[in-house]
Amino acid sequence: MRRLSDELRDVVVVGAGLAGLSAARALRAEGFAGRLTVVGDEAHRPYDRPPLSKEYLAGTCDETELALERPGEDLDARWLLGTRATGLDRSSRAVLLDGDRSVRADGVVIATGAAARPLPGPTPPVAVGGVGGAGLGAGGLGGGGLGAGGLSGSGGLGGVHTLRTLDDARALRAELVDGARLVVVGAGFIGAEVAATARSLGLSVTVVEAMPVPLAGPLGAAMGATVAALHEQHGVRLVCGRGVRELTGTGRVSGVRLADGTHLPADIVVVGIGVRPGVGWLAGSGVPVGSAPGADGVLCAADGSTGIPGVVAVGDCAAWYEPRLGRRVRVEHWTAAAERPRIAARALLSGPATAPPVPRLPYFWSDQYGRRIQFTGHVAGDEDVSIEDGSLAEQGFLAVYRRSGRPVAVLGVDRVGPFARWRRRLEGEFPSRAQGESRGPGESRPQGEPHAQGGPRAQGESQPQGESQPQGESQPQGESPSGARAVRSV
Amino acid sequence: MIAACPLEALPPGASFRLDGENPIALFRTEDGQIFAIDDTCTHQDASLSDGWLDGCEVECPLHSSRFDLRTGEVDAPPAKRAVRTHRVVVDGGTVFVEPSGCDG
Repeated sequence: MRRLSDELRDVVVVGAGLAGLSAARALRAEGFAGRLTVVGDEAHRPYDRPPLSKEYLAGTCDETELALERPGEDLDARWLLGTRATGLDRSSRAVLLDGDRSVRADGVVIATGAAARPLPGPTPPVAVGGVGGAGLGAGGLGGGGLGAGGLSGSGGLGGVHTLRTLDDARALRAELVDGARLVVVGAGFIGAEVAATARSLGLSVTVVEAMPVPLAGPLGAAMGATVAALHEQHGVRLVCGRGVRELTGTGRVSGVRLADGTHLPADIVVVGIGVRPGVGWLAGSGVPVGSAPGADGVLCAADGSTGIPGVVAVGDCAAWYEPRLGRRVRVEHWTAAAERPRIAARALLSGPATAPPVPRLPYFWSDQYGRRIQFTGHVAGDEDVSIEDGSLAEQGFLAVYRRSGRPVAVLGVDRVGPFARWRRRLEGEFPSRAQGESRGPGESRPQGEPHAQGGPRAQGESQPQGESQPQGESQPQGESPSGARAVRSV
Repeated sequence: MIAACPLEALPPGASFRLDGENPIALFRTEDGQIFAIDDTCTHQDASLSDGWLDGCEVECPLHSSRFDLRTGEVDAPPAKRAVRTHRVVVDGGTVFVEPSGCDG
């Protein structure tokens, strides 16, 4: 069989986080012997993000321990770090870089990750297109709600942080001193982990959440109640159901004013309201990018292929077709960024798979106040939830989410062993749609094919019936960067 | 040599945790081979005997690091350090383990 890899002399991985590194490793493991370039907009070698809100922030692990590469590991790659990709020009087979440079690319792995969402305000939002990689621990559900309406006064104040990168964590860590007053905006996983870490360092901590309970949506009451109780037991004040109107202060933040007028004094504010995928640099490239909630990334088939020959996408920026759900989902989990690049590397080197493997169910973990929270599966929010082991009262339990009597997700709090057994069981039980339904852009769905019985597709999920470019998903792209300016090769 | 468990306590695909100062995890692969490695993940405190057995690899139940049961080497991050392997002997229906020295 003809291998596309014979035609691939230069492969460029755009993004140097976990997904980018995993892609580079997978390309070599799959036999790619050509020139490999990894572009990363951060100056750092690939590092692990989950500890940034936990051990690193607490000062119990140092930066050398964050390194993702193994000692002596050599992928025979050229690393262009501190370099931002600005465009993709397929006609000239080039990835365009800042400084009017470019690098030749017969094949491209898009692994540009996501950037922390800033508070909406009068200052321009932070540009997307950040370094690739996985979310912090549990990024997919990390964003707390902001509530309706924007707010003002968030920009330019000292003491206001987001937490996504090592540089973010360095800056925040320097300010987390005993006795300081911290307000965390957003009670998602990042917010909760930062609150727990800051509390352990002796700060006075308040968490503000626009929703009635933390994580109220997909994980349901069991999770929300558990997280809320953990905060309160550890002396963290939790303010739910009230949005943020503005940050106060001149030069440096002095507090957070809520929608009801309440003012919470603060020396430091951490904004944890989710992320934006780093896809802005693809404007005009022809690479399909979605805008639908939950699929607002590079639109991919179930093997990471984009429909553009020689271009695949992995990690937080990518919305892969999920065979078990019958739709595309942008998954921000660490494990997806670590595992799926192998599938995408095969697609890049050998062409799209006729029957790509069904990726494992989404899995994430979060550590808060010494508790180990683990979750796997797909939930829509209206499943029946039962506690199978332990109890909410003891804050150690295993909760099983069922739809039509079939388990579709499992949540564990300090139940690592039982959770592992359930995870295996769920992987076997979760209804997967028939092979051959795993498709991406441009392929049509066989008509009249039955769905798995009682599966998670029962509720209001749209089918990818014959969608080649789903309506309203592809963004209007800007003009092609091709020929727009002189570039020099690097 | 430590008598770990009866052979029938370790059917193919199963694991067994041998408690002790340095707990040891025993695995019997689907094709019947038995391996013993350190039970504690080198990344963070998690018991690999709770992990996911996949061929000759085990995946940590917490953060999904993968270790090769034959060599102890790391096959997938976030772990970076190998686990120690230990010699296994099956005799008279009993699984014995010879713990490696600290130098491993």
